[in-house]
Amino acid sequence: MPAVSKGDGMRGLAVFISDIRNCKSKEAEIKRINKELANIRSKFKGDKALDGYSKKKYVCKLLFIFLLGHDIDFGHMEAVNLLSSNRYTEKQIGYLFISVLVNSNSELIRLINNAIKNDLASRNPTFMGLALHCIANVGSREMAEAFAGEIPKILVAGDTMDSVKQSAALCLLRLYRTSPDLVPMGDWTSRVVHLLNDQHLGVVTAATSLITTLAQKNPEEFKTSVSLAVSRLSRIVTSASTDLQDYTYYFVPAPWLSVKLLRLLQCYPPPEDPAVRGRLTECLETILNKAQEPPKSKKVQHSNAKNAVLFEAISLIIHHDSEPNLLVRACNQLGQFLQHRETNLRYLALESMCTLASSEFSHEAVKTHIETVINALKTERDVSVRQRAVDLLYAMCDRSNAQQIVAEMLNYLETADYSIREEIVSYLCFPYFFHSWLWYHKYHLLIRMLHRTSPDLASSEVVSEEPADTVHDADELFHKFVCKNNGVLFENQLLQIGLKSEFRQNLGRMFIFYGNKTSTQFLNFTPTVICSDDLQSSLNLQTKPVDPTVDGGAQVQQVVNIECVSDFMEAPILNIQFRYGGTFQNLSVKLPITLNKFFQPTEMSSQDFFQRWKQLSNPKQEVQNIFKAKHPMDAEITKAKIIGFGSALLEEVDPNPANFVGAGIIHTKTTQIGCLLRLEPNLQAQMYRLTLRTSKEAVSQRLCELLSEQF
Amino acid sequence: MIGGLFIYNHKGEVLISRVYRDDIGRNAVDAFRVNVIHARQQVRSPVTNIARTSFFHVKRSNIWLAAVTKQNVNAAMVFEFLYKMCDVMTAYFGKISEENIKNNFVLIYELLDEILDFGYPQNSETGALKTFITQQGIKSQHQTKEEQSQITSQVTGQIGWRREGIKYRRNELFLDVLESVNLLMSPQGQVLSAHVSGRVVMKSYLSGMPECKFGMNDKIVIEKQGKGTADETGKSELGSGKQSIAIDDCTFHQCVRLSKFDSERSISFIPPDGEFELMRYRTTKDIILPFRVIPLVREVGRTKLEVKVVIKSNFKPSLLAQKIEVRIPTPLNTSGVQVICMKGKAKYKASENAIVWKIKRMAGMKESQISAEIELLPTNDKKKWARPPISMNFEVPFAPSGLKVRYLKVFEPKLNYSDHDVIKWVRYIGRSGIYETRC
Repeated sequence: MPAVSKGDGMRGLAVFISDIRNCKSKEAEIKRINKELANIRSKFKGDKALDGYSKKKYVCKLLFIFLLGHDIDFGHMEAVNLLSSNRYTEKQIGYLFISVLVNSNSELIRLINNAIKNDLASRNPTFMGLALHCIANVGSREMAEAFAGEIPKILVAGDTMDSVKQSAALCLLRLYRTSPDLVPMGDWTSRVVHLLNDQHLGVVTAATSLITTLAQKNPEEFKTSVSLAVSRLSRIVTSASTDLQDYTYYFVPAPWLSVKLLRLLQCYPPPEDPAVRGRLTECLETILNKAQEPPKSKKVQHSNAKNAVLFEAISLIIHHDSEPNLLVRACNQLGQFLQHRETNLRYLALESMCTLASSEFSHEAVKTHIETVINALKTERDVSVRQRAVDLLYAMCDRSNAQQIVAEMLNYLETADYSIREEIVSYLCFPYFFHSWLWYHKYHLLIRMLHRTSPDLASSEVVSEEPADTVHDADELFHKFVCKNNGVLFENQLLQIGLKSEFRQNLGRMFIFYGNKTSTQFLNFTPTVICSDDLQSSLNLQTKPVDPTVDGGAQVQQVVNIECVSDFMEAPILNIQFRYGGTFQNLSVKLPITLNKFFQPTEMSSQDFFQRWKQLSNPKQEVQNIFKAKHPMDAEITKAKIIGFGSALLEEVDPNPANFVGAGIIHTKTTQIGCLLRLEPNLQAQMYRLTLRTSKEAVSQRLCELLSEQF
Repeated sequence: MIGGLFIYNHKGEVLISRVYRDDIGRNAVDAFRVNVIHARQQVRSPVTNIARTSFFHVKRSNIWLAAVTKQNVNAAMVFEFLYKMCDVMTAYFGKISEENIKNNFVLIYELLDEILDFGYPQNSETGALKTFITQQGIKSQHQTKEEQSQITSQVTGQIGWRREGIKYRRNELFLDVLESVNLLMSPQGQVLSAHVSGRVVMKSYLSGMPECKFGMNDKIVIEKQGKGTADETGKSELGSGKQSIAIDDCTFHQCVRLSKFDSERSISFIPPDGEFELMRYRTTKDIILPFRVIPLVREVGRTKLEVKVVIKSNFKPSLLAQKIEVRIPTPLNTSGVQVICMKGKAKYKASENAIVWKIKRMAGMKESQISAEIELLPTNDKKKWARPPISMNFEVPFAPSGLKVRYLKVFEPKLNYSDHDVIKWVRYIGRSGIYETRC
């Protein structure tokens, strides 16, 4: 055959690629590609049939052109033809093309699926492998629909070759990940579990990945895998490093498989059968023991593989959380890593310790490392490791060491990185830390310090508004919220209410935080949002009930979903009732949900602005208010307030630069209301004149009221 | 103002780098290379903004010239300067190529020092530059003091573009009217848009300091004169049809006295020695379209396309058009083309996805035809072919705008030669710009 003499080198392809590489400019490259495409088109069009070699070559060229970023809209048919070739290289290129350029043309899909089916049924392991790889690479829903039923059969058939089983397991895993609903569970599942006993370690590795994913969704069906996994693990762990030959990696026997088996075991609680349980404990002990042995090699690969198994074993120990002995040993092992010179190990050790700290068995053991961790916070060079150290300190904190840890954190705060600072502050703000007044005062110290070191961070915090010794006038606080979304709404000796809200078009969401400032529980804690009848028709509020008991020093959160149906005047009332000590408390505050929250800023040119201004010239549409300034008249603050109010601040629109001009649209479910505003400050008289023009009289009135209170 | 100027070869290697202002750092050179020359997508905009720095580039063959600035400059000014700089370099060492730039880099730096000062464009008149930036090494030893001071006074003087004491045995001048005609026509032959952009280029070999006056058939001038002698105008309009043309806008070389043009609309000037561009103009009314393209495209089934294109020349039979090229785009799934043409040569160029039909010469009022059969490969793509327009290139020996040179008078009061002694040559060349017909 002529194809044989040509060999598989595909000189034409090599020449084409080198031509492209030698092109001096983009234009030259495009010209060369156009020429080649025309050539291929004429070849594919030609009346005489092409031999497999040429087809392969042209399909390869098309693939190369496609990978350069050009559209390819032909050649699929030729690629599909290649699929039915008996020559490996031709079939391979065909599959490559199909998996890179999948086309949803139904006719072609049928042909492709047919070819894949033939290959799957061919009993030729290489062909079956190619077909399985193609299915996995495409991994689409269509593929799953066509083959999800077929592959389990191949996987569990007795006469399937090992390499095919491996591919089949991974292919099924891929299909299961993309469309789990299409993979049928059946009697094959029990047979898949037995693959864990397979002779071939490659098959076991692939099967373990598959079983782990399946078991996460259907733990019952794969329950039997636990004992099999334990026995397989124990065989690996106890084997000498030379036993497994190809699967020994730098003196560590089958590290990948070990890690996967340990992962699989993490899907289940500790085994109930005492024999299995004993065997598993033995395995884990062996792994921990091995970590203490001197390394068999100085190569980094050896220690990496060994530590990977070790860390996975520790995660399993933490997951089971039942063997105090193992937990303490794990903790001690991690303690050694805390001072290791490998940064990654230090990081992982801190991270695992964080979870260990939450276990009752190992909490004390973790606490013994406090000095090391604090030291890490001070001396560690890697910021991500320092962050983990902060996390761990927080996790190990309890009444016995809180004072020390908070003191350390406060010390550290001044020199901390910006990103960590935020975290520390949120930790410190956590009520746990200031359950006594002593801590509360320390906390104010912290806030003052924060204001000095990073003011914007301080203001972004929900609870860190101001030291709250005096109870604020509720109305004043309400007006503050007209131009901002987050902060403290209410505070007295007992209770602090913080808000965090966000609005988008006619929808919004508000988080209300209720903080118990005392050390006693609040009972029957019931916050309710009350709307008047008028308001109910124009504002839709949905709240979730909160837990009726609020522990001393704790904080609870409530979400309010808001929908603005039409424009509204009043604000809803938040009523809170609870029992504190023996007394019944009842208080009400206005919730700062105001019409301007549904503003969308609109940018426009000077010309547009005045044109629209003129269009809204009906006297009812305009509302004007002249009022005395309540705050110092600072242009920057005023600008920020107008932007906070929700409208766009339009620069260079008003001929007088001292004036402020804004525009926006109020979004409600039923209508959108365009609003224009103009604020003219008079510095000498310390007065403002505010003019609002909107398409609706009531809206003008309300916005004018709201905004007038701001200056 | 311009902060720096770089010249790159096609690979993006820097050949010339001249920085005029401190706000342009070394990294600007690399930024342009990375973001424009080596960009994955072809950058088509001549102005690119990278990290608050603007890059203006022009390309000459495969050489990139880029002006860089951090300020908000007049982009038209920067491009005008870049074009001028290309002209200057061409005048000094011919074609702008990598080799020529490498061979003349000292000269280029010298020129850049002279034509840009702290980023502000200076005198870029080749004639004037050549008096003091020469290619024959340093000549100052041979130049007398007198000569040197003469150069200084000329360059800094009122007529910076011409030196005194030029003498020719034969006083001669050449006037070229170069126009490019742009057209977009619908398949039915309706003109969708058409305009002519033209240039008047003058090459003068005149002695002394001659005062020139240029006249053409500008509608405003003709009408003004016509008021005086109404009868005459009527007669001439009857005699040879359209006589005057409406110029939409025009720009002049710096030697033209603009005040005089504004008041009397007369173009008077003292020309630089040698070649220069006297004026540039644009017209949109009453354009003579030299060629008419009549396309006929028929789709026969899904796999075949029949194309027939007729071109008609529309000018005096005595004139000959040259370098005619018709470019017929082919669909992207073309798999084979057969062409038959009566005149010239036609070929399917796969690399450009077009059939290119070339005719060397064609007289006026003639007609020629090409027909092609295009075979298509059926694709699974449902996209319809967009049918790009058929474009044309040509060169004709007349001005498609209808512009006529009426006179060019030369006065030299000091030397004793008169207007009649000057030998004058006028030539008209009309070329195609973007000349397209939809099909």
